[in-house]
Amino acid sequence: MLPRTIDVYRVLPELVWCGFGVLAVLMQPFVRSRNFFTFLALIGTLAGTAASISAAMRAGPGFDGLVQSDSFSFFFRLLVGTVAFLVVLAAGPYLERERLPFAEFYALLLFATAGMGVLASAQELLTAFIGLEMSSISSYILAGYRRDSLKSTESAMKYFLLGSFATAFFLYGIALVYGSSGTTMLTKMGSEELFHSKLFELGLAMILVGLGFKVAAAPFQVWTPDVYEGAPTPVTALFSAGPKAAAFALLLRIFATVPAATHFWFWAFWGLAALTMFAGNLGALVQTNVKRLLAYSSIAHAGYILVAFAAVTSMARDGSAEAAPAYAAVLFYLLSYALVKLGAFTIVSQLGGTGEKNLSLDDYAGLSQRQPFVAAALSVYLLSLLGLPVTAGFFGKFYIFKAAVKSHLLWLAVLMAVNSIIGAYYYLRVIVVMYMRESSAEVKSAAPVGFPLTVNFVLAFTVVGTLYFGLFPNRVLNFILQPALFGR
Amino acid sequence: MVPTNYYVILSAILFGLGVFAFIFKRNIITIFMSIELMLNAVNLAFVAFSQALGKLDGQVFVLFVIVVAASEAAVGLGIIILIARNRQTLNVERVDLLKL
Repeated sequence: MLPRTIDVYRVLPELVWCGFGVLAVLMQPFVRSRNFFTFLALIGTLAGTAASISAAMRAGPGFDGLVQSDSFSFFFRLLVGTVAFLVVLAAGPYLERERLPFAEFYALLLFATAGMGVLASAQELLTAFIGLEMSSISSYILAGYRRDSLKSTESAMKYFLLGSFATAFFLYGIALVYGSSGTTMLTKMGSEELFHSKLFELGLAMILVGLGFKVAAAPFQVWTPDVYEGAPTPVTALFSAGPKAAAFALLLRIFATVPAATHFWFWAFWGLAALTMFAGNLGALVQTNVKRLLAYSSIAHAGYILVAFAAVTSMARDGSAEAAPAYAAVLFYLLSYALVKLGAFTIVSQLGGTGEKNLSLDDYAGLSQRQPFVAAALSVYLLSLLGLPVTAGFFGKFYIFKAAVKSHLLWLAVLMAVNSIIGAYYYLRVIVVMYMRESSAEVKSAAPVGFPLTVNFVLAFTVVGTLYFGLFPNRVLNFILQPALFGR
Repeated sequence: MVPTNYYVILSAILFGLGVFAFIFKRNIITIFMSIELMLNAVNLAFVAFSQALGKLDGQVFVLFVIVVAASEAAVGLGIIILIARNRQTLNVERVDLLKL
């Protein structure tokens, strides 16, 4: 059966991203100019993001329900597209400094973005698997992109081994779900008898393990700090924002469409959320490497998002209308978190210097005197991660907290508050180091690190975004809370 | 005819062996092969379920899994070669630059 034109429109963003990626690889032998490839990648990411608008206007299931183009996939396509665009902007100066090839980097970035797009719009498990692998396989290569660096290759190896291990679990889960329900279409898993099927339950549990690895939920989080530290910093920025959001998107869609999933997963999410928050925050307390500190903080934030998932499960039992605010909390949190992490890692990438040498917390001492604007931007990100008012992070945390209290998960809400307090210690410590401590004489005499225009644009974009969503969260929430979020 | 259960149990055993080898083996190539074993256990499960349900789509899934496993192997072996070249070892315990 041939695909109809409308089907093609519904996956247009992914096609555009893939197309530009292939184009970049094909042009690589013929074009010497590095700026050309940056330009190509910028156009590609923008065009794909624009295509997601066109896909959203033709909402509906594509390819007999394999993918679903609805407001939900629109939100995530827009998110990963913007993330990719900003990573391209931030990566240019980095690649220049580290003398790394441009074309392949952008091609892999575009393929990874396309994979995340597929993952966010998939409505069938095997399609989701293909999307997951598209983004993962590209990510493995990106993690080891500095191929002469011991750390970078080590991070690629760890990511590859543990990532494929998780993929095997995910896949075995799909096989069991297929065996018990006779289908891999999420929309066809509504039958009553699945509530009593042990095989189905086991399958869902294994899918949860697989996705738990991807979103770095404890006890599957051990790879995160190592991979984040070893990978080139712009790639780390991508990892912390993109694939995580896409994997959460798939989890949410499974929740929204498979009633049995909400039934089985409640306690699993309760435990995962509590464990993940503590694993992330306690791990971050002792870190002196900024990149590693941010990695642990991203584990902690995955934990906060999982609290919202526990709230979704507990609410979804009473009917999906009740659960809408909890879904909205997850989406808003992912948005605010992606902006902040992108900005923070971009600063780390720029301050790292050639070979990424200056990553320790001591290198940030006295940053406010040397580079006041950079220090101010980093403070905005850290305060948003901490969840202070006027930043987007505050409302993100607030909505999750509200959802948890509303669904009577008081203990989880208490644990979340305790964790926010632990988090305050290490976020504020970075700010204190930047503002209160003097930099060493050697650093003082050196010229300040240059911030090219593109990097400044990324910083401005993320800071303005963080403050804007912190002041006017309703603009996004009204979009997320519309009734037809998940197209049926 | 052999009942479907047997195939599913066999695939579960293969998968378990893969997990076991992944955790306890020290050579990167062996670890990588244990992942391949797990993926093939998945393939067996898909085919067995497909037979039991009387539907063909399970067998199509296997083709997808094989293709993805192949591309994963290409990338994985590339990464393993990088490790071997940079460190002259394939023992995971000696690839330990990044830790707490």
